[in-house]
Amino acid sequence: MTTQAAVSGYEVEHSGPNYIAVFIYLAVLTGIELGVYAMGLPQVAKVGLLVALAWAKAVLVAMYFMHLAMEKRALAIIAIVPVVLVTFLCFMLLPDLTTRMWTKFDHKIKVTNAAEMGANPVAPPPVKVPPH
Amino acid sequence: MSDAVAVETHDHGAVHADQLEPSLTPGNLGKLGMWTFLAGDAMTFGAGIAAYGALRINNPNWPTPADYLGITTTAVMTFILICSSVTMVEALDGVQHGMQSKFRTFMALTVLGGLLFLGMQAFEWHHLLTEKGMSVQRDLFDATFFILTGFHGCHVFGGVVYNTVLLIRGMMGKIPQAKAGLVEVAGLYWHFVDLVWILIFTFIYLI
Repeated sequence: MTTQAAVSGYEVEHSGPNYIAVFIYLAVLTGIELGVYAMGLPQVAKVGLLVALAWAKAVLVAMYFMHLAMEKRALAIIAIVPVVLVTFLCFMLLPDLTTRMWTKFDHKIKVTNAAEMGANPVAPPPVKVPPH
Repeated sequence: MSDAVAVETHDHGAVHADQLEPSLTPGNLGKLGMWTFLAGDAMTFGAGIAAYGALRINNPNWPTPADYLGITTTAVMTFILICSSVTMVEALDGVQHGMQSKFRTFMALTVLGGLLFLGMQAFEWHHLLTEKGMSVQRDLFDATFFILTGFHGCHVFGGVVYNTVLLIRGMMGKIPQAKAGLVEVAGLYWHFVDLVWILIFTFIYLI
């Protein structure tokens, strides 16, 4: 599937990938994702596998459907920077959130006014904080 | 093609990208613009997903998604969106090769895929709002679900409108091979919408 035709104002420099093959990979990865979901693995393994599979699919779409693999490197920088920043966003708060109680919030509480925001009538059980 | 930074041109003021800095700009400035927009949009979705993760990880009482959400229906929706991405890229291939009928057929299929996705999303939302009693005001699980999937749904709707306009213009014969860049840029947006859905489906429904 070469696309060598040079047309005024628009020149296609690269040959297209096999889109049907990429589609089959995507469909298979989706199937594997659903299989992992249904298997009932421990949460950590399930999360790790599903995130890896989702990112594999995202990379396939970006590289071959969005033609990132065939673009100049500088364009890939525009695409990769948000990925790095978002990954940082997702992980940067984890140490704070998982080790402190200050954002524990019962999701069932209906917040009706500003005075109630942050207050949690259903108090979590007291946690013994070791002395510093 | 020289490395000259001067923008003297041959044809009456039209500046071609390759006369500026060849190593930094693609042949199509629309692509550069769309990629830049998508980078910003990716940050917005990323912030939403990160906030969802921060709220969820901190809450041992978070409901199991499968208790409320239809995993099978959504898996079908994911498959439909992936198929519409394939038809979009085939439509682009058609217009790039000057095959107008291929372009129009696959563009129509892409629009159809988008409409199917929106219809199924609306059906699922209706089911969740009326039968499961979910609402944005009820709790964080509902709020994060509706806001993330709703924000994505708005993007899909915008993409459907965008693709429909291109389809109509294509049927009027106004998108010849020389204007394939227009379809390529629309394709970038549509694939981005698909990519984000792949991530949302994984994080909200499966994990």
